Amino acid sequence: MSMLGFLTLCKKEINRFMSVSVQTIFAPLVSTLLYLLIFGQVISSESSGFEHVSYNAFLLPGLIMMTMLQNAFSNSSSSLIQSKMYGNLDLLLLSPLSATEIFLAFVLGAVVRGMLVGIAIALVSYFWIPFVWINPFWLLSFALLTTFVLGAMGFLAGLWADKYDKLAAFQNFVILPLTFLSGVFYSVSALPAFWQQATWFNPFFYMVDGFRYGFLGVSDVSPWLSLSVILAFAVVLSALCLVLLAKGWKIRR
Amino acid sequence: MPNAIAVEITNLHKSYQGVAALTDVSLQIPEGSFFALLGPNGAGKSTLIGAISGLIKPDSGRIRVMGHDVQADFRKARRALGLVPQELIDEPFFPIRQLLRIQAGYFGLGKSQWAWIDELLQRLGLWDKRDAYMSSLSGGMKRRVLIALALVHKPAVVVLDEPTAGVDIELRLSMWAFIRELHAQGHTIILTTHYLEEAEQLCEKIAILREGQLLALEDTQTLIASHPWEYLEVTLENLPAVLPQMVTDLLHRRSANKLVLRLSRDLARSELLAILSAAGLVLTEMRQLEASLEDVFRTLTTNGVHS
Ligand SMILES: Nc1ncnc2c1ncn2[C@@H]1O[C@H](COP(=O)(O)OP(=O)(O)O)[C@@H](O)[C@H]1O
Ligand SMILES: [Mg+2]
Repeated sequence: MSMLGFLTLCKKEINRFMSVSVQTIFAPLVSTLLYLLIFGQVISSESSGFEHVSYNAFLLPGLIMMTMLQNAFSNSSSSLIQSKMYGNLDLLLLSPLSATEIFLAFVLGAVVRGMLVGIAIALVSYFWIPFVWINPFWLLSFALLTTFVLGAMGFLAGLWADKYDKLAAFQNFVILPLTFLSGVFYSVSALPAFWQQATWFNPFFYMVDGFRYGFLGVSDVSPWLSLSVILAFAVVLSALCLVLLAKGWKIRR
Repeated sequence: MPNAIAVEITNLHKSYQGVAALTDVSLQIPEGSFFALLGPNGAGKSTLIGAISGLIKPDSGRIRVMGHDVQADFRKARRALGLVPQELIDEPFFPIRQLLRIQAGYFGLGKSQWAWIDELLQRLGLWDKRDAYMSSLSGGMKRRVLIALALVHKPAVVVLDEPTAGVDIELRLSMWAFIRELHAQGHTIILTTHYLEEAEQLCEKIAILREGQLLALEDTQTLIASHPWEYLEVTLENLPAVLPQMVTDLLHRRSANKLVLRLSRDLARSELLAILSAAGLVLTEMRQLEASLEDVFRTLTTNGVHS
């Protein structure tokens, strides 16, 4: 197998979103900073639920993670559905690239976009909410794994959807509610018992909670638990994507 | 290896929601041949080509390209094949030269292939458009980009699915010249087209599909020779207002005082003359017309299975 084929597709996936970076990097950066500004101003007097942690410091990692995961999802799903709609996916299907190579390249594109957006927000917001860099290992692990999982989810959604509105529905009715209910804006421990328990079934909760641990050293559940849950998701989703892709589900007629 | 097989299709079946698109198609296309796949719309030509290129999954049967199974040995099979699809595509993110370089990259071909890409752009009249995006190109130009994309990796087998549909005549001719050249260089060429005379002129071997079944697979000349009809153009001195029944039975078409008659090959000339004189027609001229592929095709697709 030739590495060049795989690298070419990776580069193409990255160049694709970079060529429209105003939409793909700058716009999410601005909207997240607006969230930060508004929520931070309005609720900054609220307690974060953790000792010695201001609401702003609590909010920032959650918002960064929320934006990273949304952008990772958006990257692989729109790349794939655009390729389908424009018909140029066939160019890829005619090439000697394997299902694994195609999957990994699309997911890598999603990871890079998610990371770039995350780094951009962290850099800009550092000037008004200085954060303490607690643990780069947890930070990176959660950032990379989460963008990987969301890249894979986006890939799956892009395979499944044959129209843009199907994809938009998936984004509005699955991704968005799950992110808002994942504890970005509040600590789950402050919720009534029922909602707390419901949150345990939301995979995004573990992503946000673990990532926050990397920033602040505090979390609702152990970062090891979060890491395991996300890893399990990564494995299951990858396997599912690879099987469907190898079968040509919805792409090889 | 004059007897090598470029594409081997064995017992191929494909149906869509229970409706058969291909039924038990078996076919061997020799290496180095110029092969036409003909059939009316919906005959299954694109489906067959899709199966060869791996874009379509057959229900059963197997396909080898240059000896490589398209499923089990997909990398080698795909390296050996270049497909120009029937449907035009678009790519809004990359200009066409970059698109060609990306496509070559998928095949593991880097900078060493760039000179070939530039040559393709020049040969296909796309050089001035190398930095343009697909969406700004006309249909004919897009078609040529698709040809270039299919050739970036210099595949042994080049498959073109109705490459001249919607392309003006001048461009069509230059396209054929280019494809002929590829054939002369040793590429196996497989095409589907609605321009039957061109297939007749270009292709050595012809397969005819109808409703997913292979009706005929012959050398072009054999196919034309085996056509059961011959066509005779007769010029008449006098043309009665009403032609007698025995003449209208033979009539293929008429214009002014010329009649084109469709005759069974075993009808003796003297017999024909007897029929015409019995009808009171006086001939001034008689000319035999060649059976064209169009005729062969029409006979086969309306009269059922041949040979
Ligand atoms: N994706 C599809 N879904 C359902 N039916 C299809 C599909 N593609 C082709 N068909 C049907 O299969 C038959 C063969 O089509 P096709 O191979 O495109 O014919 P041709 O290229 O000879 O015009 C047609 O009846 C067509 O309607
Ligand atoms: Mg077709």
